[in-house]
Amino acid sequence: MCAHTCACKHAVLIDMEEGVVNEILQGPLRDVFDSKQLITDISGSGNNWAVGHKVFGSLYQEQILEKLRKSAEHCDCLQCFFIIHSMGGGTGSGLGTFLLKVLEDEFPEVYRFVTAVYPSNEDDVITSPYNSMLAMKELNEHADCVLPIDNQSLFDIISKIDLVVNSGKLGTTVKPKSLVTSNVGTVTKRHKKPFDAMNNIVANLLLSLTSSARFEGSLNMDLNEISMNLVPFPQLHYLVSSLTPLYTLADVNIPPRRLDQMFSDAFSKDHQLIQADPRHSLYLACALIVRGNVQISDLRRNIERLKPALQFVSWNQEGWKTSLCSVPPVGHSHSLLALANNTCVKPTFMELRERFMRLYKKKAHLHHYLQVDGMEESAFAEAVSSLSALIQEYNELDATKSMPVPDVPRLSVAM
Amino acid sequence: MSIVTVQLGQCGNQIGFEVFDALFRDTQCSPGLCSKRENEAYQASCKERFFREEENGVPVARAVLVDMEPKVINQTLSKAGQSGRWKYGQHACFCQRQGSGNNWAYGYSVHGPKHEESIMNLIQKEVEKCDSLSGFFIIMSMAGGTGSGLGAFVTQKLQDQYSSSLKMNQIIWPYRTGEVIVQNYNSILTLSHLYRSSDALLIHENDAVHKICAKQMNIKQISFRDLNQVLAHQLGNVFQPTYSEDGSSHYRRDPLGDLMEHLVPHPEFKMLGVRNIPQMSENFLAYSTFTWPGLLKHLRQMLISGAKMEEGIDWQVRPPFSGLPPLGKMSVHKDLHFNTSIANLVILRGKDVQSADVEGFKDPALYTSWLEPVHAFSMWKTPRAFDKYEKSAALVSNSQLLVKPLDMLVGKAWNMFASKAYIHQYTRFGMEEEDFLDSFTLLEQVVASYGSLGP
Repeated sequence: MCAHTCACKHAVLIDMEEGVVNEILQGPLRDVFDSKQLITDISGSGNNWAVGHKVFGSLYQEQILEKLRKSAEHCDCLQCFFIIHSMGGGTGSGLGTFLLKVLEDEFPEVYRFVTAVYPSNEDDVITSPYNSMLAMKELNEHADCVLPIDNQSLFDIISKIDLVVNSGKLGTTVKPKSLVTSNVGTVTKRHKKPFDAMNNIVANLLLSLTSSARFEGSLNMDLNEISMNLVPFPQLHYLVSSLTPLYTLADVNIPPRRLDQMFSDAFSKDHQLIQADPRHSLYLACALIVRGNVQISDLRRNIERLKPALQFVSWNQEGWKTSLCSVPPVGHSHSLLALANNTCVKPTFMELRERFMRLYKKKAHLHHYLQVDGMEESAFAEAVSSLSALIQEYNELDATKSMPVPDVPRLSVAM
Repeated sequence: MSIVTVQLGQCGNQIGFEVFDALFRDTQCSPGLCSKRENEAYQASCKERFFREEENGVPVARAVLVDMEPKVINQTLSKAGQSGRWKYGQHACFCQRQGSGNNWAYGYSVHGPKHEESIMNLIQKEVEKCDSLSGFFIIMSMAGGTGSGLGAFVTQKLQDQYSSSLKMNQIIWPYRTGEVIVQNYNSILTLSHLYRSSDALLIHENDAVHKICAKQMNIKQISFRDLNQVLAHQLGNVFQPTYSEDGSSHYRRDPLGDLMEHLVPHPEFKMLGVRNIPQMSENFLAYSTFTWPGLLKHLRQMLISGAKMEEGIDWQVRPPFSGLPPLGKMSVHKDLHFNTSIANLVILRGKDVQSADVEGFKDPALYTSWLEPVHAFSMWKTPRAFDKYEKSAALVSNSQLLVKPLDMLVGKAWNMFASKAYIHQYTRFGMEEEDFLDSFTLLEQVVASYGSLGP
């Protein structure tokens, strides 16, 4: 996606089975996507990372490259790629991460942002731990920035909204346009599929991320600034995101949600797009992307207020990146997206490793992968090793949490 | 003589607009108690310095606008154009699309060389439109990527190409918390480079200006626009015309040259700060009266105690008597409570300015010993009032005022550097750890030099 010019014409849609893409092409957005920018196959990847990565990767590499180059040519200035896929399946996970390598080779200067949907505990794809683990290695090595998301969190947000919408309590009528799950302002009017509402949350995340690139503000922030400020070491590029507000009350007699409440909410677990506990873990860096009629003094007041309850790593005690965009999202007077580089992602990765090991120890379903041309068992060992190294880095940082801030002796100069 | 302003990055361009607007507005303001002829001379002098005429009579700012993304420049150009009172030159801007990513190395090592020719050409064109060039005024922030990195690069090129012209950099010192995470790195790299290639660094701290907005101006929801307008007011108070000598009837011709001559006697000491009194919201202005003794007393105490605004001045701080320790403050190490100056310049504007008594600023105890107070202190004045203030005073000083913020900045950057965090973001664009170390060394030297000043 090209950040500075019309976004949709530059999207490339890839799927190894046709159902979803065909539906998009027959739907109301058919004119927005360029039909020449699609790549589909028929049989799908069978929830097999190896099929997606090795088979379809080599099969479609040329085509993918050709379409990407074409899209890139139309951009005045190509700043970053947004890659969106799930981790647990075969195509998104396998072919998606294959694509990551291709982008790195072909466009090394362009940032690669991945929005990855991690499998929930109750996810029904048996091989999802394998797929996720193999994909993680690729994300570790070839993505500039990853925003992990899980379906459980998205589902919880929807439940919370439903509770408010349906509670029937006086004064809790919600403005329908303001729901973070709403697609007002988009073309499709009704949610036809159960995932639509959840996916809209992710769409809103991406809108907030790009708001400063699309609209004016007193403190702009480009996408490359996210990577610059939030990734202190190349491997530690996983960011926990939280969005607020989730809705706006329609009753005018109720005073509008105080601005400060919005900031507090951004640090509450209810608003996160991934299950994690940043408050009790260590912050490496944090970004606040604010939209609407909010000024620098509001921002500073809230940072001062919230800071004491949060733990920042010793060399980045004031590690805040902020941006102010004047234009709020549809239906709101203001909104806030918080991106945190925090060691709280560690449990997610540890769980992933554990679920993987449960399968791998018994070699369950392994043959489906090994029978794919080019897939070796060593790939599994390497993937675990890569993830373990990442977890270890987070461990080392966590160990510094309760230690006093080290006194680094300054350079002494002759007078 | 004219000043060519170079506005760099979002901060530089947003502030630049407010500065030109403040300068122009002031020339259109009621002149107070000075004569019509005097006022006309004032207006003409200001115009010569900062504006030039265009065909349809709308003054054009002598400025070059540079940014690596288009939104801010477009806004700035249209805001100026819409006002109908003054505008920027049609072809006075240089813009790209991808930004600098808050990365000093990107601004300095990538954008700099790539766009050197285009930017320097633009500046050359603007210089050619000046009958006589006093020098350059470069407005930039330290925290981001364009103002800081590209700003450092451009200043260096100006030194190479216009070695006989002066350069003053207006630097915005970021908030201590909450702007850009890598701001400390960007800042030390900027400061160390500018220290080598600029003639003077005029520094404004966001935290200080923010307090002025909150406490003096009583603004409730402070925006960047508010900060920029306070800053522009302070700069206007410094740069608007003043008489050259006591009893002279001509306005000073070379503002930058004069400032440098009086305030930067030694290249090791080039950090300047500005204080302004009074500074308050228009609503209160109508109900307030000021006397010169009152204003100057406060201004002097602001200088001595290192205060950056009127409110909350520490009246306990006194200059040391020679040979005796400062009142109530015995210490072995240099006590930074008392702010020692190298040089000071007081600028007075408005009613009864000839009766103002500035003897208090000539006290040798205020200054370091290597300059005679008669050389360390200067005063400029004009009876022409500035921007609705019946009386106003500005103090530009080269003193220990900025040591503490600089020391903190270097400390935090060093702490982060020790952990090597974010370094890969800079080295990927050609920088090396050595470059960081050089910057640290230079700035530690500056901290030590300023810190060791004493009467």
